[in-house]
Amino acid sequence: MNAAFLYALVGVGLFCIGLYALIVHAHLLRKILALNIMGSGVFLVLVALAKRTGNAIPDPVPHAMVITGIVVAVSATALALFLMLKVAAETGRAELPEERGE
Amino acid sequence: MCISRWLLLPLILVLAAGLGYAVLSLPDQAEGLQKMVAAKMEVSGVSNPVTAVLLNFRAYDTLLEMVVLLMALLGVWSLGSPPPQPEPAPDPVLDTLARLLAPVLILVAAYLLWVGADSPGGAFQAGAVLGAAGVLLLLAGWRLHHGLTGLPLRLALVAGPAAFVAIAVLTMFKTGGLLEYPQAQAGILILILETVATISIGVTLAALFLGARPEHRKKQ
Repeated sequence: MNAAFLYALVGVGLFCIGLYALIVHAHLLRKILALNIMGSGVFLVLVALAKRTGNAIPDPVPHAMVITGIVVAVSATALALFLMLKVAAETGRAELPEERGE
Repeated sequence: MCISRWLLLPLILVLAAGLGYAVLSLPDQAEGLQKMVAAKMEVSGVSNPVTAVLLNFRAYDTLLEMVVLLMALLGVWSLGSPPPQPEPAPDPVLDTLARLLAPVLILVAAYLLWVGADSPGGAFQAGAVLGAAGVLLLLAGWRLHHGLTGLPLRLALVAGPAAFVAIAVLTMFKTGGLLEYPQAQAGILILILETVATISIGVTLAALFLGARPEHRKKQ
């Protein structure tokens, strides 16, 4: 097993940790952070698996996707944080309301 | 609540095992598109494969990603003013640091932009550094002069996507393909696109950090 797979497995681990935190925590800031960790895991998998070319030069296409992905993830996080601030200002809590049936 | 959490953990572990198995079952060596990109490097106008993919082979993707960035900012601006936050207390250390670092960050961004043609770097990295310079200045209490928050700010925000669309249309007339640069001018076209995109990305990221649309005081 070469190092690329080790990094890819770390990426899978990050994704799953993020998914667990996304489900478990109710606070919206924690959910946004969890989504970012999931995204980092995906980026790590993409970059790591691009290394399997067999020579020193990795596959540049996943790298290009990750570069734009990082910037887009930052902007999406900014939008999510702003929505969270609005929810907190509306309801006084940075959490989504419970189901209506209860 | 507690039971569902105990149920969740095995489910996540199963998912992790499945994903891990999927990753490990991939072939040890896979060329991917590396050979294809390497074969076309001469016609791309740059010598860094990542920049060639971003700004030439898959420029269409990059154009749409610039639009996504703009859409995020439009989303934030359309949500109205943010809840009032405490004004940052004047901090001499932060102030001095911002004054020292902002020019350095702008220089680093310019370097990253220029070096992107043949080594790691490029518009997105340079734009991120430029955005960081903007965030640092905003944290130190600097605000854009309100004469510039109207049209000039919006022009800087849309310059990147607009330049992309303009060059896409021009190349469509010239070579018949969307964003299919004529080989002789590919290098300079990529440099123009990257420069404008860097400014737009940097300004967009800083504006996202600021949150609400800056007040335009002309009417008052």
